[in-house]
Amino acid sequence: MNDMSALDRFLHTDPEDVGCGQAMEVLHLYAELAATNAEAAAERYRGVAAHLRACGPCQEDLEGLLAAITDPRQ
Amino acid sequence: MRLHELLLRVARGEVRRRSGLLRVDGPELDDLAHQAAADALLAITSKIGQFRGESRFSTWAYKFVIFEVSSKIGRHFWRRPQVPLEAEEWERLPDRFGLDPARESEWRELITALRRAVETELTERQRQVFVEIVLNGVPLDALVARLGSNRNAIYKIMFDARRKLRTALAANGYPHGNTSEPQR
Repeated sequence: MNDMSALDRFLHTDPEDVGCGQAMEVLHLYAELAATNAEAAAERYRGVAAHLRACGPCQEDLEGLLAAITDPRQ
Repeated sequence: MRLHELLLRVARGEVRRRSGLLRVDGPELDDLAHQAAADALLAITSKIGQFRGESRFSTWAYKFVIFEVSSKIGRHFWRRPQVPLEAEEWERLPDRFGLDPARESEWRELITALRRAVETELTERQRQVFVEIVLNGVPLDALVARLGSNRNAIYKIMFDARRKLRTALAANGYPHGNTSEPQR
């Protein structure tokens, strides 16, 4: 692996990235689909998937929401 | 079960899930969960007209709990004892990006070019956000809380900064995807 790969990944920006606002707007829809089929969610919401790959806080929120909706006690 | 009880259960689960980052436990963690559940209930009440039935109501509602937990954890960051930081912690950058000290000769020039680009290409606001997040390691949500901004705005500032820096490095002979050696 290139020693600079982490820096490369950090500086890379995806033009499809919709940003936090739009991702947060549909996160519940993305999460419900991702709970059963992560690839289908990424395909259906390409811009959101691009954003989640780059935004740690939004990815963390998705993981939290997935944990909540897949928790059998909820 | 009442909605608030459900929200509180989700909030407790979420703060527990993230408790490793918080370095708090017990009553303080539970207090954070209570605040998140209460504020989520307010958000849900005010936005109820926006629910379009495209998902389960619970999924839509839980989203606000998760957002509130994130926001409160961001604010909580500033309650920890802070180690005074130098204005800019450039010496931390190689470690932050996993650059091998044994190969410093390969990346030192690139880091110098990056620093120059940060100083010359970014706006004052972009530079401030870059320094806080990348050099000082401030979590994005914590910076949002301190600047009284929102996640989307701070992310956009960083997004534009990253794009500018990549372009500047490319213009200086560091091609995208292969920054180990400048092309002359």
